[in-house]
Amino acid sequence: MGIATFLTRTRGSADKAERIGAADVMAYCYLALGVFIILVPVLWTFFSSVKPERAVDSFDTRLLPYAQVETDVPGEGDKTTWIYTDDNGNETVVFKAGPTRKETDVAPIDDPTNVFKVPRTQLAPNEEIRIATENYLDPILKRNGQTNFTFFTYLFNSVFVTVMATLITLLINAMAAFALSKYRFRGRLTFTILIVATLLIPSSIILVSLFFVVWSFGIFGSLWGVIIPAAATPTGVFLLRQYMLTIPDELLEAARMDAASEWRIFWRIVLPLSLPALSVLAILSVIWRWNDFLWPLIVLISDPSAHTLQIGLTTFSGEFDSDFHYILAMTVVSLIPITLVFVWLQRFITTGIATSGLK
Amino acid sequence: MATHALELKHIKKSWGAVQVIHGIDLAIEEGEFVVFVGPSGCGKSTLLRLIAGLDDPTSGDILLQDKRVNNVPASERGLSMVFQSYALYPHMSVRSNLSFGLENLRMAKEEIDRRVNDAAKLLQIEMLLDRRPGQLSGGQRQRVAIGRAIVREPQIFLFDEPLSNLDAELRLQMRVEIANLHAELGNTMIYVTHDQVEAMTMANRIVVLRGGRIEQVGKPLDLYNRPVNKFVAGFLGAPQMNFLAGKIAPDGKLTMDCGLQMPVQLGETLVETMPCTLGLRPETIGVSLEGAGDMVVKVQNFEQLGAVTYIYTAFPNGETLTVQLAQQIPLKRGQEIGVTFDPERFHIFAGEGERALELKGRALA
Repeated sequence: MGIATFLTRTRGSADKAERIGAADVMAYCYLALGVFIILVPVLWTFFSSVKPERAVDSFDTRLLPYAQVETDVPGEGDKTTWIYTDDNGNETVVFKAGPTRKETDVAPIDDPTNVFKVPRTQLAPNEEIRIATENYLDPILKRNGQTNFTFFTYLFNSVFVTVMATLITLLINAMAAFALSKYRFRGRLTFTILIVATLLIPSSIILVSLFFVVWSFGIFGSLWGVIIPAAATPTGVFLLRQYMLTIPDELLEAARMDAASEWRIFWRIVLPLSLPALSVLAILSVIWRWNDFLWPLIVLISDPSAHTLQIGLTTFSGEFDSDFHYILAMTVVSLIPITLVFVWLQRFITTGIATSGLK
Repeated sequence: MATHALELKHIKKSWGAVQVIHGIDLAIEEGEFVVFVGPSGCGKSTLLRLIAGLDDPTSGDILLQDKRVNNVPASERGLSMVFQSYALYPHMSVRSNLSFGLENLRMAKEEIDRRVNDAAKLLQIEMLLDRRPGQLSGGQRQRVAIGRAIVREPQIFLFDEPLSNLDAELRLQMRVEIANLHAELGNTMIYVTHDQVEAMTMANRIVVLRGGRIEQVGKPLDLYNRPVNKFVAGFLGAPQMNFLAGKIAPDGKLTMDCGLQMPVQLGETLVETMPCTLGLRPETIGVSLEGAGDMVVKVQNFEQLGAVTYIYTAFPNGETLTVQLAQQIPLKRGQEIGVTFDPERFHIFAGEGERALELKGRALA
């Protein structure tokens, strides 16, 4: 099915579906609005990230990355160039030979000694469209003095935290959900409600107590201090429990008759059948851990070599000056893994429904 | 003491305050095909789950080969079970479904392959081994479910209404196949069903259950010919046994509400005249188109199946009588026909629990 077919679908049954009705128009407008609202900030970040520093700092709102041309003028060094339009409409490429005033001293780049005065209003920046790859390459390759931003260390830390935390989250949440959904014991509803009730408590409220817990366990300052406290999530337990409730008990009983231990039932029957819910939780967990800022900042603040990407981004924000072009570029880089994870995992969300094997 | 494949001793089961099994005693011998039959809610599936170990009895003992297994979990009892919904693992291929139980027992790979292939050949599902359960038809899933039970080579097979999701034709076919399987494998099988035809056709022994109690245990024809009470008599046999209300005197004189009066030879003494129910199997009733016989009834409806004719008739007082004839006769609705009864083949139910009264020359089962 082509994208065109997909995007021109109309409501109604096959025989009437050709006509485009008011409902179709409204539906597409609504969807387009939704896409617009969601996509604009992301696209704006991306387009801004390839603009040169000067364009970003001057809030250049043009979509394309315009950069002022710099030329090596003999005897003068690198100079930004301007276009001088005289009264007859002739254009000359010049550079400023002095400070910008009402009447500014300029000289043509091919004749640097020939300084003359022109009205400032007749100067326009000499611009070209250029993708500012240095926004990406400087921090990653540590060029142009960007030595504080150790990209690959941050990336490794982020990936480590995200992968480990997600794996642990999936495992222990699934085990909790399995017990809460498939075993009958006194207080299982109480426990479920208790776990879900913790959703009501904002994480910032327990921040201080969590800090003491992590401190007393001796994992403060290490990546495990970020990973372990976040591993058990009430959302995950609840999500998986609700899904596992739909797995028929007879399958588990059949496995028991097949001499399977409870661990094997969990591992071979319940987990594979919960794949759609696990995928959803994996996506959520990856997003949470990848984007997490406050808690890693608290735990890891003293050790720059343990910083994650999100903390690393703060190195570009100084007290007096922020390198927004680097922040934007690195933000885009940090979006890439999470996007790929989503693309890969979303396939599993729908497959579970189709493979049901009971009657 | 002889070893029983399975023995139940005073088994009781309650769900909270509701008691569903009221003390069951039963012994099943090696190689028997035993069918638990009864209406829904009679506790037959619960009983099977207790045997399987999926539920625990509230009191009483379960013995396998004379060993008490109450505290042995289902996974270690060495039984296998075919579920009503088949309960195939939807994410595994048929081959994995069959081998899962064997892998759990840490059996050698070659042995697993051998058993899976043998079972697949036996059940003719060899070409399905690499498919998923979702890609199979109902009958094929049923075979896979049975195959999963077979590969374990269990002491006892448990079947929980395995045919109730199949259409009539397949059900007949699978019924024959399961019976053949039992003949071939010779294992002990316990089969739960609410369908008395399945019970009659497959069982070595039938256990009729009602309300968590055993009503009668015995060979199918013994139960059919000599039911101990009205419930068993009515439950087995299609069309159902005819029941007529009336009274019986201590001298054996029957006075029925429909007007029939006949003497029977009682094999026990009654204290006084008491209300009773006369049970008549439809095939024991003779028909006379001329109206001769013990009673005259009006034809309300009839079904001509060729080999058999079912005649649904009514007495003047409104009580109905179903007659089964093994021949073809011309009939009209509203026609009056004569019916003759054979007192030798009467069943008389009276007293507490509507038990069958003993008749002379016929011992009760």
